[in-house]
Amino acid sequence: MKRLVFLVPVALFAAVLLTFAIGLDRDPSRIPSVLVGKPLPAFSLPGVRSRDSGLSSKEFRGEPRLLNVFASWCVSCRVEHPVLLQLKQQGVPIDGLDWKDDAAQGARYLAQNGDPYARAGNDRSGRTGIDLGVTGVPETFVVDGRGIVRYKHVGPIQPEDWTSIIEPLMDRLRTQS
Amino acid sequence: MKASGIAFAGLLLAASSAHAVLPNEQLADPKLEARARAVSAELRCVVCQNQSIDDSDAELAHDLRMLLRERLLKGDTDEQAKAFIVKRYGSYVLLKPQFRTETLLLWLGPFVVLMLGCAGATVYILRRRTSENVPLSPEEERLASAMLESEEAV
Repeated sequence: MKRLVFLVPVALFAAVLLTFAIGLDRDPSRIPSVLVGKPLPAFSLPGVRSRDSGLSSKEFRGEPRLLNVFASWCVSCRVEHPVLLQLKQQGVPIDGLDWKDDAAQGARYLAQNGDPYARAGNDRSGRTGIDLGVTGVPETFVVDGRGIVRYKHVGPIQPEDWTSIIEPLMDRLRTQS
Repeated sequence: MKASGIAFAGLLLAASSAHAVLPNEQLADPKLEARARAVSAELRCVVCQNQSIDDSDAELAHDLRMLLRERLLKGDTDEQAKAFIVKRYGSYVLLKPQFRTETLLLWLGPFVVLMLGCAGATVYILRRRTSENVPLSPEEERLASAMLESEEAV
């Protein structure tokens, strides 16, 4: 019994070690979004492409949609772009938010690299992005049929992010609405 | 030699005033500007996370500084202006965490550990003291003298 008392510090040390090991493995750039579970903040933005009538938070009604924050100056958006184009082909509704970017440059970026967006809005000042708690590009929000944010993905969507997290979530949201 | 000394002093000076706030960002009212500086020093830059938005050169930090100054100009109190940004980025951006139920462990944890350590040390010291003062039992006395005697025999 007395021997066991000496094991207490060892156990405590192991617990601390485990906590740090888990902490090391976590990505500090993934800041939990305060928006999850809350309605999309109100915004109304001018369009990016000539055919755009703009992008408004009111349009996120009916079916679950993705809201992808991108910019023509963003390098990792180019990594993500083929995935978005693939998703568009699969019939996933994606809207684009062109963050801190010139609308003409955003339009050129889409003309050159392919255009995955149903609607696209230009946020020149970046204020709408700040309202959404955007910390960088790309970021993607899953918005349900009632306009409530259900998930935020930071960084480029990889094919496995889609199949393991976002697609199951959107399927679930679709059956709920 | 002298020139390099001056250059070194210049470098030191430049390093000590490492603030990212640009002259064109500053408010005309020095009192309001001082408040803006104080508030932004308490807000974490979400791009370079170990800097405050007052220190960071990131573009988003610049945008947040401008936003903060706009809020103060509109008549927000320091707390309201801070809450405006916390509402968007979460309490994570507060470099000094608030005292709330979910941060209790953070604030009180070190004191709990300190108290546990003090309790452990007290128990240890008290025990050692009592064991020092306990006289040998007759049985122990007999064993001890037997040992001493046998050693002498060797």
